Amino acid sequence: MHISPEEIVETLLMVTQQNLDIRTVTLGLSLDACAGNDVKRVAERIYDTVCSRAEHLVSVTQAIEREYGIPIINRRVAVTPIAQLAAVCDTDDIIPLALALDRAAAQIGIDFIGGYSALVHKGTGLGDRRLIDSIPEALNITSRVCSSVNVASTRAGINMDAVLRMAHIVRETAELTADRDSFGCGKLVVFCNMVEDNPFMAGAVHGSGEADAVINVGISGPGVVRAVVAALPTDADLTEVAEAIKATAFKITRAGELVAREAARRLGVDMGIVDLSLAPTPAQGDSVAAIIEAMGVKRCGGPGTTTALALLNDAVKKGGAMGTSSTGGLSGAFIPVSEDAGMIRAVRDGALTLEKLEAMTAVCSVGLDMIAIPGDTPAETIAAIISDACAIGVINSKTTAARLIPAIGKTVGDTLEYGGLWGSAPVMAVNQWAGTGLVRRGGRVPAPLSSLRN
Amino acid sequence: MQTPAILSVLGEDRVGIVAAVSKALAEAHANIEDIRQSIIGGIFSMTMLVTVDEETSTFDSIQTSLAGIAEELGVQITLQREDVFRYMHRI
Repeated sequence: MHISPEEIVETLLMVTQQNLDIRTVTLGLSLDACAGNDVKRVAERIYDTVCSRAEHLVSVTQAIEREYGIPIINRRVAVTPIAQLAAVCDTDDIIPLALALDRAAAQIGIDFIGGYSALVHKGTGLGDRRLIDSIPEALNITSRVCSSVNVASTRAGINMDAVLRMAHIVRETAELTADRDSFGCGKLVVFCNMVEDNPFMAGAVHGSGEADAVINVGISGPGVVRAVVAALPTDADLTEVAEAIKATAFKITRAGELVAREAARRLGVDMGIVDLSLAPTPAQGDSVAAIIEAMGVKRCGGPGTTTALALLNDAVKKGGAMGTSSTGGLSGAFIPVSEDAGMIRAVRDGALTLEKLEAMTAVCSVGLDMIAIPGDTPAETIAAIISDACAIGVINSKTTAARLIPAIGKTVGDTLEYGGLWGSAPVMAVNQWAGTGLVRRGGRVPAPLSSLRN
Repeated sequence: MQTPAILSVLGEDRVGIVAAVSKALAEAHANIEDIRQSIIGGIFSMTMLVTVDEETSTFDSIQTSLAGIAEELGVQITLQREDVFRYMHRI
């Protein structure tokens, strides 16, 4: 036998005790052919396209899950940014398009569909404006639709008008969905340097550089990495820690690569990318914060956290890049507060603050993620928080994002309870000295000079 | 289609595990290529390399009959395509 019993047991333990899973198999679908003037007709085409192209997504991935013994947690669909279709419609009311996406997602048995999106980093077109204006209502009346808007890029700078507009949209969405703990905001991401092949929600879209249909896979496995780090001697030096993480990331990625290839083959579509991300869940131990603490930081958010996260993020990418030649998506550790039991504990202990999360954003994947803030936080303050995240992304040529949830009627000390993979979000304190005047100036923060890099 | 697969049993040692598993495999026309047994970290572990003839018995049907045996014997039995291990543990 080529495979040793130890290797077989190691794999089984990864799944049964350390929460190894494939976080998502996401089918990217082009909806370009659905464009038209009549919004009702476009909605019908969207529904038909998603239902026919993704008809077998769930059954095929369930079969792969059973045959390979690796859990696949989510099946999702990402579509062409809907703003592109909205631009062609002869009406401002594009809500029927959101409803069509929602119905199609329900029909094919998936929990989320991404792509109710617009890219406005340099300017806002007609379709973009229609889409952005409709976001609060779309997220209120649908349950499966996810929305994202790109407001900044390294090549264009920061569109501050769009940042402020999106801050108002975040607030409106929170208010409209206040009866559901403002959950609408959990389905809304504001991006800098959005990528075209991200398989993770809420920010998945199917970019214009992609084929008509493509399978992208997001791996996971913080629990596996934590177990490996925890098993090292406490005096193992940081090079040894990085080596252990790298070797583990390789194995996790290979599982993702296999699932991606097999899903693409069985569905008869292209294989796109494997996203080398560590995505935590609220399950005990399946936590990026727990990895940081296993590395020797007393509590996530304390001094040393950024260093530990930088090492972790880099080692995952190095091991993962060896495991697949199709790296893509966001590829980096996720630090969503509500979805990570260790992050929640760190917030409650006073170790983790919004400002520290912003610093962590600089060295990992999308940073200000699933963060509840006091319900009375002004839109200008939200805009300033978003623009700070964007500034880090723009200057460092990386993706950053903000998924902020104004907890309507709640304040610091309260908690938003979502359950399941969404976890619970403790309301975090927001610095009261915001750049209100700065964001009200509007205009564009120019694209940065990218030589003289200090 | 002849599909190589790894069958693994984890749990407490007891009489009849190999017999029950082998019988189920024989009924499904799955051929046992190799068997290994060991105690790893206090856990009884048996691994088999088997070849599943998917034209005779589907993966699903063999997994279902093995699940019945697992419940009866109080052990964990998994049948997985072999390539998942090759992918994860070999460069």
